[in-house]
Order: sequence, then structure tokens, then C-alpha cells
Amino acid sequence: MLSTYTWPRYAYRRAPELSAATPRRVPLVIVGAGPVGLAAAIDAAQRGLQVIVLDEDNTVSIGSRGVCYAKRTLEIFDRLGLGDRVVAKGVTWNVGRTFHGEREVFSFNLLPEAGHQRPGMVNLQQYHLEQFLVERAMQFPAIDLRWQHKLVSVTPGADGVQLDVDSADGRYTLHADWLIAADGSKSGVRRQMGLDVEGKVFQDRFLIADVVLDGEPFALERTERRFWFDPPFHRGESALMHRQADNVWRLDFQLGWEADPEAEKNPERVRTRVRAALDSQGFADIGFELEWVSVYTFQCRRMAKFRHGRVLFVGDSAHQVSPFGARGANSGVQDADNLVWKLKLVIDGAAPASLLDSYDHERGQAADENLLNSTRSTDFMTPKTRAARVLRDAVLSLADEVPAGRALVNSGRLSVPTVLADSALNTPDSEAFDGWMVPGAPLDDAPVRGADGREGWLLPHTGNGFVLLRFGRPDAIESAAIEALAREPIAVHPLWVLAPGEPAAAGQAWVCDRDGLAARRCDARPGTCYLIRPDQHVAARWRRFDAAAVRAARGRATGQATA
Amino acid sequence: MTKLNTQPNFAAAGRRSRHAYSPGDDFYDALIAAHRGLTDAQSELLNARLLLLLANHVGDLDVLREAIELARAGVVATGKAP
Repeated sequence: MLSTYTWPRYAYRRAPELSAATPRRVPLVIVGAGPVGLAAAIDAAQRGLQVIVLDEDNTVSIGSRGVCYAKRTLEIFDRLGLGDRVVAKGVTWNVGRTFHGEREVFSFNLLPEAGHQRPGMVNLQQYHLEQFLVERAMQFPAIDLRWQHKLVSVTPGADGVQLDVDSADGRYTLHADWLIAADGSKSGVRRQMGLDVEGKVFQDRFLIADVVLDGEPFALERTERRFWFDPPFHRGESALMHRQADNVWRLDFQLGWEADPEAEKNPERVRTRVRAALDSQGFADIGFELEWVSVYTFQCRRMAKFRHGRVLFVGDSAHQVSPFGARGANSGVQDADNLVWKLKLVIDGAAPASLLDSYDHERGQAADENLLNSTRSTDFMTPKTRAARVLRDAVLSLADEVPAGRALVNSGRLSVPTVLADSALNTPDSEAFDGWMVPGAPLDDAPVRGADGREGWLLPHTGNGFVLLRFGRPDAIESAAIEALAREPIAVHPLWVLAPGEPAAAGQAWVCDRDGLAARRCDARPGTCYLIRPDQHVAARWRRFDAAAVRAARGRATGQATA
Repeated sequence: MTKLNTQPNFAAAGRRSRHAYSPGDDFYDALIAAHRGLTDAQSELLNARLLLLLANHVGDLDVLREAIELARAGVVATGKAP
């Protein structure tokens, strides 16, 4: 098969522990150098933690895996310093079109409004993403990336975790204060600890063909996702077509549970299917070569708890969903985003270890939402009973005719960030606000002009610790009171969000809300304050600044006992 | 004049949904769940009972006749087996 990609080989290095007399005690070990483990490692290093990453392999993901990275994940990649690289290499798209037979029955736009830096979705082969993450991680001396170091046993204790690791030079032991298990759906850490992951396997098989085209079906800037129920080229089943980087295209064919996976992987058979799919869309003049073929099944399941003492499960080790909705890698990266700032506070002794229970609660809620949506999509695409099939077909036939039917067509509800509305870390509103920026929601982006006069975006001004957005210019007394918060142990950094033309004072952090979109999305008036967590979620908001209220909200958001 | 509403119309009282698809997906999920564990004959009976309850709730015969015509037209036109 053709390959558009050369796999890097990362160098194995001998562990210093092999020469040490006594096992070393380290603050944080991450198992698994996939997208989620690497995101966690970079986040930890950026927040000033030392981290060891163990991976049994020495390269990035082989074969067809994650493809779609959602807006919120791209914003996290921006915070981790690789957003531009991912977006530049990837394929940006916002529009998805769904067909029933030959007719288009439904289309969606992931980003129906302007004024956001990042698009609804970027498609990129997982190996490219992992390579970018590895290269970013290598920029941090605080990250000790250990390729071909295989974790062989995990012994959790009250004040840490003992890890035994195999390497080419022999076995050694690490004592980690905290362990992040980012070791995937077959998690060795989970198995070692005898923990279950509960849910169901779906009885269906899907064929993936990644193909390199020698022409362009549609221009890069008009890239769209296409999904078919019962297409003319693949009767009775569903199919999906997605564009990736380097003119590699992902075709996904539903096969049914009875299909023979080995026979379906026969290259001639796959070529026939791909040819028919292209021809049927009017792309008969475009040739292709296969890059990767596999047949997969999937499961929708999660662990009951993501925190087990000093071991924290993130990504696929904690929860697995069907691929319809791009909720796998996206939710994993969002797990890391949620966890690492909390872990930093706990390791520093600035917050109690119980703060980490909020990771389990918040990301458990997100996992439930992802499982619900991906299970619903799967139920629609793969009806399991005759009654379910009749109803599904009825929706599709109505969708040909009336908008009411279209609204029920479910070809995947794509990853959107979870609003952590039930979190104990939120301070409930005591005043009325319109809009969606409720406590627990991720802060919406908006175009702003920086103090240096350059055009930019709101989100990059947040994420490094707590930030207090203060809309409009405060007077000298309020300004001094806000500035004082930045000098406290858990600093709250002020950011003034000024209307166009509003004068700023020197020495203060401010942005100009040039189109008024930040204020509109936050339903802000002059004096409104938003407390933003280090993971860019809203912790609290008020119509006017009150230092005691901000301190109480910060205490609540960091798991301190509240009166 | 047409009285039948064929625009997306699902909503949960007192609840706002950020995603337009959510209330419709909630309904569809509830409907599929109601069929779980039933035989084909029981499922047909469930559909018929549900239809009659909803028709009574709508009540307006003009609307119901329009819905019946629209539903039947699609079945006859596509010639699909149920």
C-alpha cells in the first residue's frame, strides 16, 4: 500500500533508576504517549510540574484512528502551543451533508456564527497529531519521555503508586506520587488494578479505507463531511467520506455483524467498494491508491470512577464511545485539560486532594453525555430490532419530504464541549444573565485587539491560572482591589475587557472587545466580572466586582471547604 | 390552507437546549426505548396505540387528515415495504 507518511522512530534511553541504589520518588508519571497522555504531559510541564511519560512503543499511531479534532480541542491545543500547527496541516470543515439514497436530506454547520478563531472541526490523521505533540513535548526539559519502557506492574498505596517498568537494560521501580493512566482502551493500568469498564459492544462491523486520491473531488476550502444512509453504491448500509491531510480520504462502510472481516479486507474487494463510492458521486475520473484498510467493531462503555486514589484514568482507558461523533480523542484531550490544573494545585499543596474528585464528577458527566449521544447515533444508524428499523426508515422517508423529519435524522452529533453545569466547583448565579455562558460552560472565544494593538482572540488571554474578566474600565479603588487578587497564593489575574475607544491605564492587562462580541456572548455590562478557571471554563460571574465573592468563588473552584 | 406543522417542533417545557437536535433526539430515544423487549406484534400495537393517543391530543380533524395524506403519499410514492 502507498504511504504518504514516514513514521518517526524515537530513541530509547536507559533509565537513570537502573543505576540508582534506591528507587526514585517522582511527583507524576503518565502511562501512554498517545494524544491524551502527551496533552497531559505538556499541560503539566507548562504548569511547572516534572513528569515522566512511559510508552512501550517508539513511534506514533499506526493505521487509521482518530481523524476529527473539534473546536474546543483545538482551543486546548492552542493553550498547549500546537494549535497553529494542527490547523495548518489539517483540513478545516464546518459543513456536514447527509444523504438518503441519492437525495440530500439534512445538512449541518458546526460553526453557524463568525467571530471564533477556530473552526468547528479539523481533520488530521492521528499520526500527524501525535508527532506534533511529541515534538512539542520534547521542547520541555521537565518532560522525561521514555520510549520502549513498558509498565509491567502497578501497586497503588495510600501516598503514591509503585510502578515496575521493563526496558532493554532491565527492570526498574518508580515511586510516583500520582499516576495518570492514558494507556488506551485496553489499559494495562486498569487491568493491573482489577478495575472494570462497563457498557455494551455493538453488534456491527465497519470497513475503513484510507485512500490517496490523484484528484480533488472538491476544493480544500469547500471541504465537507458526507454521510449516506442506503447509498446507491452500498445498498442497505451506511457510508461516510471524510477528507484528511495530504489528499488522503477516509471512507467508512457499514458492513453488518455477519460480515467476514478477513474477506472484507481483501484489497481488490475494497478497491471495488471505493471505486463505486467515487463513481457514484461523479468522481469517475479520479484515481486512488489504498493507504490503509481495517475492519472495526466498537464499544460504548465507561469506568464507574475515573479517580482511584492516586491513579487517574483519562481518555480511552476511562471511557470508549462509537466513532460517530468524534468524541473519542476529543473527550480524552478535554479530560487532560480538566485534570492537570487541579493536579498541579494538589501537588503544590494549594488545594486538597479531594479537588480531584471533581475531575471524576465533571468528566464523568462529560463521558455520560458523549456516551448518550454516540449511542443514540449508533442506534439510529444500526437499528437493532425490526421496530427500531421501521421507525428509522420512517424518519428517513419523512426527511425526504418535510423539515420535521430532517430534524430527527442522526448521522452523528459531533463533539461539542460539555457544559459542567452540575459541578460543585461552580458558584451559582445570584443575578440574572442571558445567553449560554453559565457557570461550568467553556468560555466562548471572541475577536479582540491586544494592548500591543494587534488583532487577536480572547481565549489565549486566559488559561494560565485563574483570570478575572472585568468588562469596562474600573475606577482606581476597584482596580487596586482586583490587582491585589493577583498577588495571592492562588493568583487571580485580571483582564479588562474594554469597549472600543475606552482608555486603558498603563501596566494593566487589557483587551479591546473590538466587535462587542465578548460582551454579547457573556451578556456583560460595564462592571460585569467573570471568573475563568485555568481550563477556560466559567467558575462564577457577577454584575459588579466584590473581592470577597471572588475569593469565595475561587475557594469553591479549588475544592476548599466553603462556609 | 395547510394547518399541519412540518417544521421541527420538539421542545421540553422550561428547558433550553443549546443544540437544536437535542429535544428531538430525546424523543426518539424515548420512543426506541419503549419498544425494547417487545415482540414485533407488540411493537405494532404500541405504535398504533401511540398514534391514537397523539391523534386524540391533536384533535383537529383538518390537521389529522393532512397528516394522514402526507404519510400515505410517501409510502405509496416510494413503494417501499413497511
